[in-house]
Amino acid sequence: MGRKLMYTFFALVLTLSLVAFTGQAQAAKEKKKEGPTQFVGILAYRTGPFAAGGSGFSSGMEDYMELINMEGGINGVKYVFEECETAYNTARGVECYNRFKDKMIFVHPLSTGITYALIPKATKDHIVVISSGYGRADASDGRVFPWVFPLPTNYWSQNTAKIKWIAKQEGWDGKDMSTIGKYLKGLKIANLHIDVPYGQETKPILNAMAKKFGFKVRHFPVPWPGIDQKAQWMDIVRRFKADWVINRNWGVSCTVPLKEAARLGFPRNRILGVWWCGSEEDVLPAGPAAKGYYSTNWHGVGRNFPVIQRIIDKVYGKMKGHISFTRVGSVYYNRGVYAGIINTEAIRTAQKKFGNRPLTGDEFRWAMEHLNITAERIKELGAEGFMQPLKFSCADHEGGGKVFFQQWDGQKWVMTGETMEPMKDFVRKMIEKSAEKYAKEQGIKIRDCSKVD
Amino acid sequence: MTFFFEVLVNGLMTGIMYSLVGLGFALIFKASDVFNMAQGAMSLFASLALYGFLEQYMHLPLWLALLCTVAVMTIWAYAIVFVVLKPLVNRPPLMLFMATFGVTYLMEGIGQSIYGTQAKGLNLGIPDNTYEVAGIFISSFDLFFTAVAAVLVVGLVWFFQKTRNGRALRAVSDDHEAALCVGIPLLKAWTITWIVAGVVATVAGVAWGTRLGVQYSLSFIALKALPVLIIGGIDSITGVIIAGLIVGAGENLGEVFIGPYVGGGIQTFFPYLLALLVLYFKPYGLFGKEIIERV
Repeated sequence: MGRKLMYTFFALVLTLSLVAFTGQAQAAKEKKKEGPTQFVGILAYRTGPFAAGGSGFSSGMEDYMELINMEGGINGVKYVFEECETAYNTARGVECYNRFKDKMIFVHPLSTGITYALIPKATKDHIVVISSGYGRADASDGRVFPWVFPLPTNYWSQNTAKIKWIAKQEGWDGKDMSTIGKYLKGLKIANLHIDVPYGQETKPILNAMAKKFGFKVRHFPVPWPGIDQKAQWMDIVRRFKADWVINRNWGVSCTVPLKEAARLGFPRNRILGVWWCGSEEDVLPAGPAAKGYYSTNWHGVGRNFPVIQRIIDKVYGKMKGHISFTRVGSVYYNRGVYAGIINTEAIRTAQKKFGNRPLTGDEFRWAMEHLNITAERIKELGAEGFMQPLKFSCADHEGGGKVFFQQWDGQKWVMTGETMEPMKDFVRKMIEKSAEKYAKEQGIKIRDCSKVD
Repeated sequence: MTFFFEVLVNGLMTGIMYSLVGLGFALIFKASDVFNMAQGAMSLFASLALYGFLEQYMHLPLWLALLCTVAVMTIWAYAIVFVVLKPLVNRPPLMLFMATFGVTYLMEGIGQSIYGTQAKGLNLGIPDNTYEVAGIFISSFDLFFTAVAAVLVVGLVWFFQKTRNGRALRAVSDDHEAALCVGIPLLKAWTITWIVAGVVATVAGVAWGTRLGVQYSLSFIALKALPVLIIGGIDSITGVIIAGLIVGAGENLGEVFIGPYVGGGIQTFFPYLLALLVLYFKPYGLFGKEIIERV
């Protein structure tokens, strides 16, 4: 009986192994038939306190890649992608990166903490770090950070655009920089920020602008996780008597200010949020208290763009979407689509030079530095009004994007139609100074961009 | 001076919100000597369940949704006591404490799987207007939950002092073995405690969920309760209420009046500083039961 059982067991194992082997061989054959592929490792966070942002972003990017694959790939090269859950935890993010690093050529860390941890590693591994709208502001200086691209504008640029926008609300014409000081002088601006490196990142640029333009800025740190901000808000409204508040928080700490402002009668249309405080998830829990609140953004919101419609028709039409259909067109989802467009356009640029095949990290980095997404190309992509033209170079890893503004009408985000150009010269000087300091500390040789292809 | 009183009054009312969370900890510790790390997750799960009954999956009237939420928390209480804690009876308290860590992750995971990870607005029609009294802004929302906390405390004190089950719980808390000897069923006592803690978690979840939205971060409110428990004494209901007031007032006054001199953002560690001070003079907290053990 025992022997019979043993033989049966062996026969079962053998059969299963054969099935698995045949399946694998078949899959490999099919893959070969499908043609070359480009691997993309996704550091996603679909769990934890920031899951709303993480799930929206990664799904948007995946849906765009799915769309490209359904349309035949990038000159025949199709995407193959895999997710790794970070839960927005830096240690887990690094672990995910290590899992993918032999296969991937670029990474979206999706967290400032993970970005900081990956910069030295990715530089060594020749993997491009795309930190869209987060991470180190001074990484815009490609001379010092050849492998990092904080596109389309870094936090410092974003804040100069914010100050210009505030001046415009105060009556400035939005054009003549020589008169902007007149409208900013004497204003009181509260910078309410979460007390972590991401939150503190913009203090130097705001201080520098306050000195230059004559407004008063005071920083109000909110300790992590920022679920209670009564003290800060009483100080901002009752003692400091702020004219404007910059909401630079993350997750639940973005929502709390709207409720506290409502309680103290501070107008919500005098609060301007960072783009990480400008999603549906940030305002919906605040209910009516959020109505009128402004935030920045760098891409369009909603579904009224041909590129989003293509995703809906093709990807969701074939039930291949990666998120609940109701979230298609939301802020974080569209941010992921934007990232998908950048990845794809960079691959196309690289293919023009290196051929229509899967790329290496070095080739992708070259492409990023030569990426030029013009208004015409944006129209071809079906992303008119969804994104601004971008042009990168060896020295400029930011791409020169403009900042969008949007307002919550109580039901949805509405783009105000205004786009604001950052104060490029003002920011660039500070970026270079900070990057050079970093290079000196880390013993990095600064690249001479005039000698780079 | 008006500003000082405004910060003080609003701080006191914030403190009540902390006490609501602290109460759950105190209840379980009082009856079973277990420091329940899952109290924050219980509030999160209760608010998720309430949202589910009210809006996401069903559209029940508020009273029925609240009843159903309490029923869900009762199921959790049974599951925790009989699946997690029962095999650990007579084990060192540290093991029970670690088990509640496991319960935290389980609740957060199951909660996210059933109700999703999106932040949800919870509007129960609780008035959220601001009134100016003698130059001081007071929120009707905070006043409402101050009243709720008062009712809850009176109810809990009555339960522990006047009811048969309450007295049984106190006996179990004093000495498990002695309580068993006189015929008090330990598991039944624990189950009742976890059900009561579930009710308190529901109230805290509603209070914080209405304020912040129903989202994963509600789990973090447990962090706010820790200094409250240290200061008040972990097994004292009165202590938790008074310590909540001290912490709320202390952190707000500290942030506004001391914060600017030290770079701000001190409201999280300021209560812990107060807790350390209390620990130095009163190791069992201001109202905690002093335990003298003979060696």
